[in-house]
Amino acid sequence: MGSYLPSTKEERLDMLHAIGMNSFDELYADIPEKLRCREPLALPEGLSELELSRKIEEIAAKNVRFAHIFRGAGAYHHYIPAIVKQVTSKEEFVTAYTPYQAEISQGILQSIFEYQTMICELTGMDASNASVYDGATAAAEATAMCRDRKRKTVVVSGSVDPKVISVIKTYCFGSGAPLVILPEKDGRTDMDAWAALDLSDAACLLIQSPNYYGLIEDGAAIADAVHAAGAKLIMSCNPVALGLLKTPAECGADIAVGEGQPLGLPLGFGGPYLGYMAMTKDMMRKLPGRIVGQTVDADGKRGYVLTLQAREQHIRREKASSNICSNEALCAMTAAVYLAAMGGAGLEKAAKSSMNNAHYLLSALESVGFVRKYEGEFFHEFVTICPCDANELAKKLAKKGYLSGLPTGEREMLWCATEMNSVGEIDGLIAAIKEVLA
Amino acid sequence: MKLIFEMGAPGRGCDLLPDCQAPDVSGKATRRAARPRLPEVSETELSRHYTELAKQVHGVNDGFYPLGSCTMKYNPKIDEQAAALPGFSQIHPLQDAADAQGCLEVIHKTENALCAITGMDACTLQPAAGAHGEFTGLLLIKAYHVSRGDEKRRKIIVPDSAHGTNPASGAMAGFDVINIVSDENGCVDLAALRAAVGEDTAGLMLTNPNTVGLFDPNIAEITRIVHEAGGLCYYDGANLNAIMGIARPGDMGFDVMHLNLHKTFSTPHGGGGPGSGPVACKHFLADFLPGMRVVESGDGYEAMRAKQSIGDMHGFYGNFLVVVRALCYIMSLGREGIPEAATGAVLNANYMMHELKPYYHMAYDRTCMHEFVMTLEHEKHERNVSALDIAKALLDHGIHPPTMYFPLIVHEALMIEPTETESRETIDEAVRIFIEVLKQSEKTPEQMHAYPQQTPVRRLDEVTAARKPVVRYD
Repeated sequence: MGSYLPSTKEERLDMLHAIGMNSFDELYADIPEKLRCREPLALPEGLSELELSRKIEEIAAKNVRFAHIFRGAGAYHHYIPAIVKQVTSKEEFVTAYTPYQAEISQGILQSIFEYQTMICELTGMDASNASVYDGATAAAEATAMCRDRKRKTVVVSGSVDPKVISVIKTYCFGSGAPLVILPEKDGRTDMDAWAALDLSDAACLLIQSPNYYGLIEDGAAIADAVHAAGAKLIMSCNPVALGLLKTPAECGADIAVGEGQPLGLPLGFGGPYLGYMAMTKDMMRKLPGRIVGQTVDADGKRGYVLTLQAREQHIRREKASSNICSNEALCAMTAAVYLAAMGGAGLEKAAKSSMNNAHYLLSALESVGFVRKYEGEFFHEFVTICPCDANELAKKLAKKGYLSGLPTGEREMLWCATEMNSVGEIDGLIAAIKEVLA
Repeated sequence: MKLIFEMGAPGRGCDLLPDCQAPDVSGKATRRAARPRLPEVSETELSRHYTELAKQVHGVNDGFYPLGSCTMKYNPKIDEQAAALPGFSQIHPLQDAADAQGCLEVIHKTENALCAITGMDACTLQPAAGAHGEFTGLLLIKAYHVSRGDEKRRKIIVPDSAHGTNPASGAMAGFDVINIVSDENGCVDLAALRAAVGEDTAGLMLTNPNTVGLFDPNIAEITRIVHEAGGLCYYDGANLNAIMGIARPGDMGFDVMHLNLHKTFSTPHGGGGPGSGPVACKHFLADFLPGMRVVESGDGYEAMRAKQSIGDMHGFYGNFLVVVRALCYIMSLGREGIPEAATGAVLNANYMMHELKPYYHMAYDRTCMHEFVMTLEHEKHERNVSALDIAKALLDHGIHPPTMYFPLIVHEALMIEPTETESRETIDEAVRIFIEVLKQSEKTPEQMHAYPQQTPVRRLDEVTAARKPVVRYD
């Protein structure tokens, strides 16, 4: 049995006697007898470290690790520089709690301050929080920020990732906020449908760009229409795309959110990921979660603290801006190390390579009978109509070591390429597809 | 020390990516006006920067960390190694179930183990933190009442000793939060509870052992009162470490609860996350659970939606790699190790309380669970030495201070949770330091406001930070 108790049974008995007790049971005198566990827990016996190590490796080996990944749809396969894992494995960072004692937590506080700055740079916004759970919860929290007594309805574009929409729906079930999903038109947000709504109660519109289908939305035009209706625009953006593409701030968005996973976090079967949130200055005090601010110490030396805590649950309880306590601090640090390693030029290179490879992938697929479903500018994802059943194709390609695009309909597939997918690898995929289709 | 933006020089960087061989189409993109001003640093500078930052952090590995309510126990290294296995870390969450059987097995095994430990019947791993779990659990309660057409149940009862997340989660779930006072033992005041329940009661949120470190002996009566009024009982699992394997929330009458894997199950807290806050519930709530349910099918596993699911709390399966760590911890300890860890935690807390009792005032002088609360009210009144002053003085001795000013029902509170992974020597040394600091405060009370002196920075001006917020480097 594994045990992390440092003391032997005898030592523990000595301690027990020191406090005047004779049996460990006495420690639990307050628990009524009938509520005590009579049987041992229905769990296996404990394992030694070697047994555990073998067992867990055996379980991991039951997963298929794909050598070639052409699937995104919210989780992206990017290169993670070696330094990222090294830095974020430092035990000081890994094993600390939330930095409540600022004097001995400057390393974490400063790293979050640096992260906030980088997110502001990426999005063009004025302020960022210290992270929330993932991109979907960031979007849901952002919609809640926009609501007030006069404007309650949350509007979400149908071209947003359906998983994000599902989380927003669930959050709205809690708050009771009315939710409208705008239908998409040709793979993009349908602003005619927006104009047709009764907008007097609209708090916000959430769009995603590049959207779920990989298409770039006309953020600036949408921002004008949304602001004309007196609502706020929330833009969800892939942070790697922001190395190249027009920022939410340049489009005129009020809040930028997104899934931070592409910034150095492994696929990890969906988590832990990182929800980033940034906004214009006037919305800062409505921001959920932790925020780190700069200040000075008793000697006038620069330092950092958790700030604007009057918004938070431990002070305001049921009137707080959110219930967030633990967030994704180590994932935020991971993103910061990634961004510092890449630099502006490196991030742009990753973005360009992703875009170029995706466009090359599209032409290659078109040469073997795939047809692009939606027209218009795209980044590193796109939808095709397949010349065969999409699920069958995915299964057959999986057998050949390729994680294909995600089947999104009987014959539809959502493809993705990043800097990881070289021209040679794409040519290999096409050869494999030809074999499948033959 | 310098910010990373104050280091490096234009043009510096790391050579990480090869040139792209595909034709360049990026000229067609709707581009940003200028590159983001990210750091331009060499790998040496970057590496040293973070090493320097790490020196200014106190983690569990840097010393004693008795932060009450946070269960800062040792984080086993084998769990880290398991989570880093490429067979987990490189798996895409949208892989076909047939190609992700290992991940689904981890989820299934963990859910079963957590049900066994809590006495519940079903579980979701989607919530990414404790507060996220609270919100999820409350939505299950809401969905249950709505499904019965019982929509008048709009009130959630929360004791005044509760974690701040409880009332905040209640508000997020659209409930009216009713606070009730605690009795003189910090436990639920039965008369106040009876007066608060009624046909508008959706449920009660309760931490047990509670936030003053005591197991509420009336727990069966409490859950009965709520059930008789038609409400459900929510268990805040923040303090489960004291009783795992000893008693189960499901047997106490609770219907739904969250666990904090980053507390009870030893996954590291990462300086504020990622955590994981699974929600476990009884059969009658299982159909409302969010996310994909992993079920056994033939020789393997498949994922499917619950019939009346509330939807999703997370884009995928929650903080999966944190779950891997927790499963390793559970597999390592097994059925005997889990209650042994709980008993060790309660023993350490009682031992430390016993050793401090001749010097510090205990808010509740009786056998505690995994943590205990001291009050500095007397010292504050007598010589203007506060809980904050004591905490800050401890910083100079390499000890992470206890949780301060919580729970709110104890004035000048210091809440101490040693955890089971500390040895007697560590506790004895900490006790010696606690006593030394207190004695120092008797001799030179006015000097106590000037601590810490030895830390990388001294007390920070939080008022200015909030009044004129600087939240990014310009």
